[in-house]
Amino acid sequence: MTEIREGTGTATAGGLGGEDSTAPLLQVRNLVQEYTTRGPGGVKTGVVHAVSDVSFDLTSGETLGVVGETGSGKSTLARAIIQVERPKSGTVRFQGRELNGMKKRDITAVRANMQMVYQDPFGSLNPRWRIEDVVAEPLLGHTDMTRQQRSERVGELLDLVGLNPGTYRRGRPMELSGGQAQRVAIARAIALNPALVICDEAISSLDVLIQAQVLNLFEKLRAELGLAYLFIAHDLATVKQVSDRVAVMHLGQLAEIGPAEELYDSPRHPYTRALLDSVPVLDLETGVARRPVPLSGEPPSPLHPPSGCRFRTRCPRAEARCAEVEPKLTDAGNGHQVACHFPLDSTSAASAGSLRDAWRGPRPEAMPTI
Amino acid sequence: MTILGKTTIDAPSVAAGEPETVLTVEDLRVTFSRGGRLVHAVNGLSYRVRTGRILAIIGESGSGKSVSVRALMGLLPPSAFVTGSAKLGDTELIGRDERSMRRIRGDHVAMVFQDPARSLNPTMSAGAQVVEAIRTHRKTTRKEAADRAVELLKLVRLPAPERRFHEYPHQLSGGMRQRVLIAIALAADPEVLIADEATTALDVTTQAQIMELLVDLQERLGTAIIMISHDIGLAASYAHEVLVMYAGRAVEHAETTTLFGNVRMPYTQALLGAIPQLTTPAHALLAVVGGQPPDLSALGEGCAFRERCPRATEECAVQPSLEMHEPGHRYACWNPTGMGREES
Repeated sequence: MTEIREGTGTATAGGLGGEDSTAPLLQVRNLVQEYTTRGPGGVKTGVVHAVSDVSFDLTSGETLGVVGETGSGKSTLARAIIQVERPKSGTVRFQGRELNGMKKRDITAVRANMQMVYQDPFGSLNPRWRIEDVVAEPLLGHTDMTRQQRSERVGELLDLVGLNPGTYRRGRPMELSGGQAQRVAIARAIALNPALVICDEAISSLDVLIQAQVLNLFEKLRAELGLAYLFIAHDLATVKQVSDRVAVMHLGQLAEIGPAEELYDSPRHPYTRALLDSVPVLDLETGVARRPVPLSGEPPSPLHPPSGCRFRTRCPRAEARCAEVEPKLTDAGNGHQVACHFPLDSTSAASAGSLRDAWRGPRPEAMPTI
Repeated sequence: MTILGKTTIDAPSVAAGEPETVLTVEDLRVTFSRGGRLVHAVNGLSYRVRTGRILAIIGESGSGKSVSVRALMGLLPPSAFVTGSAKLGDTELIGRDERSMRRIRGDHVAMVFQDPARSLNPTMSAGAQVVEAIRTHRKTTRKEAADRAVELLKLVRLPAPERRFHEYPHQLSGGMRQRVLIAIALAADPEVLIADEATTALDVTTQAQIMELLVDLQERLGTAIIMISHDIGLAASYAHEVLVMYAGRAVEHAETTTLFGNVRMPYTQALLGAIPQLTTPAHALLAVVGGQPPDLSALGEGCAFRERCPRATEECAVQPSLEMHEPGHRYACWNPTGMGREES
């Protein structure tokens, strides 16, 4: 336990100390995670290609959003990064240290700087513990704070996540609403001043108004503590809201990754376009909503991903080449990368040509250019 | 049955060729007794559903949207106490015994639920479950029922219906299961189809497919649809009219474009402000109302939203009734927003 900083609530932005500040906080290279399916008698029947050759960087204080459909490997990616399940191959470097092959004990120490917030807050909080004990647990394992110090820190943390310590510290998780429970889970996650928090659908189970409160809380913590997030969600608008960059996953692969504004304004991958077109957009000036344009076909099975480009079976632009050659993630300028043989044009005005004609409603107002 | 206050059930204006009203709900109230306390889940809800139209009921969890439709279907547990009226044509749905309710369910009103995995029987093939639904409501031979089932599976655009007929739910994707459920719901040509968060568990891409299917079926079959959703964007995209619920009451109700183009109720405003839009810049903060939804076992006098409402005044200690303040636009608020003056 060498890298643990004193958890006193006075962390500065980034907080990486003497580490090489130009190196990315998290570096994922060629990550692969596969599961074997077994039939009766334990006979191997197939391989689920959950994550296939995913590479990206995340710098300190940055938020990378990850979107994709169910089964696209978003959660598997998160679990492989935090080494809950060791990845099959590929490397994960966090704060300059390689996590693959690291001993379990050392990983536990590393996790002080890399925490996770899950979808179901009640499932991730021990119902029999008092809230103060839930929040103090990481302090107990990772620091040598005294009982008094821990208690003070818990008070600070509950305050920080917007729960009145006086009211809530002695309570138990089951007495809380979903939003409050998620706040407790967040307080626990930031107790050790981590550099990275992985949020796996962290707001999906909450109601709209509570979602907004928790999203704002994430934003506040980012600004105040300099946290980096890996923000996994299926809701594109939510991801846009929190992210500096967005990665679009399709069937275990990165289809596209780039700066959030640019990626949403002029997506290059037809899959990203299709996802964006699936989101209903409501124009509050007129009260008219743009109906989603459905993508035809069923998502292919990760047991038998299509040859070549895995999106080709549903892609309106697919050609013979897409079945033969797997497209590699290539640079499209401006830190924007896309894995497509026939990417959409980069200028938004001319983008999506035929696809956009299918829109039935008015085009949503252009995104503010910065 | 006396109608609460001045609640009118004059419907929002409809274009020429007035569609026929199939379902009229008046002053529906549902109370649960739980641990010696009374939980007032639905408190005087009135609306009409018309042929070939989609009514969206939106609100957060606990707003009573699901409970209110389950009350119509007679699907609430015995601890629920339901009053008010829900008339399907001339047939009263509230207060029926289970036996006669069974004949109405499926035949006249059918429901599609959120979780397609749990709504299907895992031990029966998809086709067998559609056949079962058909034979429950119609006297047909097995062969006829099987043919009709394949027809229904085609109607809901299940890929390769003849093959899927013999497949079990675990072999189907979430979207396909939901299609099977819709086929079951349509087995007896119901007049009203209730979709209770029917696309919530699905991916955005599949969600759009299922919604398109529902809209298409409705145009072809003339079914009336009640769509329960927490997704405002989705409701706005597909529904003809929208009813917003809070704490068991309707707080705003109008034609979709009327409602979202001229939001009056601060609660609806709060909901809209809280949803991230595709156009919101990164790291922007959302407009947030504080607090928690009210305790339904301790609803006092007055507007239930007033504790969280930025526009609350002393008047709000008296419950405003849902009235038509503008043509085709009903809302229950003393201090509606967007009336011109203090808009920013």
